[in-house]
Amino acid sequence: MGKRIGMEVAIAVAEAVGLCDIDMAAVYPITPQSHIAEHLSDLVANGEIDAEFVTVESEHSAMSAVIGASGAGARSFTATSSQGLMLMHELLPIASAMRLPICMAIANRAVSGPLNILNDHTDIMPQRDSGWISLFVENGQEAIDLSIQAFKIAEHKDVMLPVCVNIDGFQLTHMVEPFEMPSKEEVEKFLPPFVPHATLHPAKPVTMGAFAMSDYFTEIMKAKNEALKSSKKVILEVWDEWARLFGRAYKPVETYQAEDADVLMLTMGSMGETAQMAIDQLRAKGIKAGLVKLRLWRPFPLAEIKAVLKNVKKLIVTDRAISFGGPGGPVFSEIKSAMYAEARRPLIYNYIYGLGGRDVAVGEFVGMFDKVLADTKNEAADTYEFWGVRE
Amino acid sequence: MALKSWKELPIGCVVSDPGSASEYHTGSWRSQRPIWDNAKCIKCGICYVYCPEGCVQQTEDGFFKADLDYCKGCGICSHECWPRAIKMVEEE
Repeated sequence: MGKRIGMEVAIAVAEAVGLCDIDMAAVYPITPQSHIAEHLSDLVANGEIDAEFVTVESEHSAMSAVIGASGAGARSFTATSSQGLMLMHELLPIASAMRLPICMAIANRAVSGPLNILNDHTDIMPQRDSGWISLFVENGQEAIDLSIQAFKIAEHKDVMLPVCVNIDGFQLTHMVEPFEMPSKEEVEKFLPPFVPHATLHPAKPVTMGAFAMSDYFTEIMKAKNEALKSSKKVILEVWDEWARLFGRAYKPVETYQAEDADVLMLTMGSMGETAQMAIDQLRAKGIKAGLVKLRLWRPFPLAEIKAVLKNVKKLIVTDRAISFGGPGGPVFSEIKSAMYAEARRPLIYNYIYGLGGRDVAVGEFVGMFDKVLADTKNEAADTYEFWGVRE
Repeated sequence: MALKSWKELPIGCVVSDPGSASEYHTGSWRSQRPIWDNAKCIKCGICYVYCPEGCVQQTEDGFFKADLDYCKGCGICSHECWPRAIKMVEEE
C-alpha cells in the first residue's frame, strides 16, 4: 500500500502523473491549474522523471504539441482550465478523431465573462461533444487515482481515446488533503508501457489526420461514437482492477442512501461531499433522501442512470453550468432525455448553483430538498432555477 | 474503389499506404473542363505554373494538357493564360 500523506491536491496530481512514466508534457499555466504545471515542470527539471516538458506559448499550442507527441508514440499529458480549455477547443475533437490517448487534468473554473477565476463547470460543458472520455472527481484521493487510471483507460487497445479528469478548481486543487499515494512500483505494475496504434516514423510512413469528404465523414463519425461508447467496458475493467490492487472502488454512477429514497439529488464533482452531509441531516429527521453522483460524464452511463432512478419519485439535478436560452442545465437536459422513454420516471427539478466559485453550504442542499418536498402539486417539476440568486 | 463501412475503417483513419491519395480521382468534382487552343498557345507554361492541383502537364510537342483524373475545373489556368488559349467548357 502507498504511504498516507498530506499534500495540496494540484501538487499531488502532478506527483501522480510523474509516477506514470510519461514521455512528455506540454502545459501552459493558468489559475487554478498552475500548481500542476509548475510542479510537473519541477519534476522534469530536477531529473526526477525522464520526460520532455514543452514550454508552449498558449493552450492551443499545448494541445497541438501533445497531439504531435502522442502521434509520434509518446505518452503525453497536459492540464488546463477555463479559458485555456476554450482555447484548446478547436483541437479536442481532432485528438479524439485521431484516436490519440492523451491525458488531461482540468482544474474546472468559470468561463469569462465577466472574468472569474473560481470554480464551476462552465469550462467542461462546452467540450462535451469533443469525443473525449470525461471523468469527474470528488476529492483529492479520487483526483490522484483517476489521473493514473486515465493513462491505462486511454491507451487500452480497445479504447485509444483521450481522457480528461475534471477536478474542481480551488475547491479541490488548492486543498491540502490526506490521501494514499501509490508507490512507483505499484503504478509500474498497474500501468503497462504505451503501445501506440500507429506512429509517425520515417521507416514506416503513415498519414494521420487525413482529409475526408461526405462519402466517408458519416462512417468516421459513427466509428468514433462507437469507440467512445464501447470504452465503458474497459473503464469498468480498469476500475475493477484498481479496487483489487488498491482497495478503492469506482463506479460510473455512485450512490449514497439511494436504495429506499423517495427523493434523490444528483451532483457532479466536489459538491457531492457537501450534499452527502445534507443527506445525513435529512435522514436524521426521517426524510428518505439520497444522493446520486455522476462520475462518468462521457461515455454517458445510460443504463446505470436508468437503474438508479427508476424507483424514485422526485429527483433534483444540480448543475454548475447553464445552457443559455436552453431548457435548463446541461446535466438536467441529459438526465431528462435519459428517462423520457421509461415507464417509471421521477419528476425532475433543476437547480443551477455554485457558479463562479459561490459556496453552497450544507444547509442550502437541505433547502433544495425542503423546497422540492414542499412542491406537493409538482408545479416546479421540469423547470430550472438559479439557486440562491438575489431577486 | 468500393467504399468501406464504418466497421472497416482503421483506428483514427490512419492511412498506412503512402501515396494512396493518387487513387482518389478528384476530377469527379469538376463542372467545367479546360480546352487548349494550340493555335493561340505560345508554350509559356504559365498554366503549368499556376495550376494549384499540379495536374497540367507538358506534352512531347511542347503544348500543355490537364490530367482530367485530378483537374477540378477551377479555371485558374484559363484565367492566367494571357494569349487566351484556354477556354473553360461545361462538362456534359
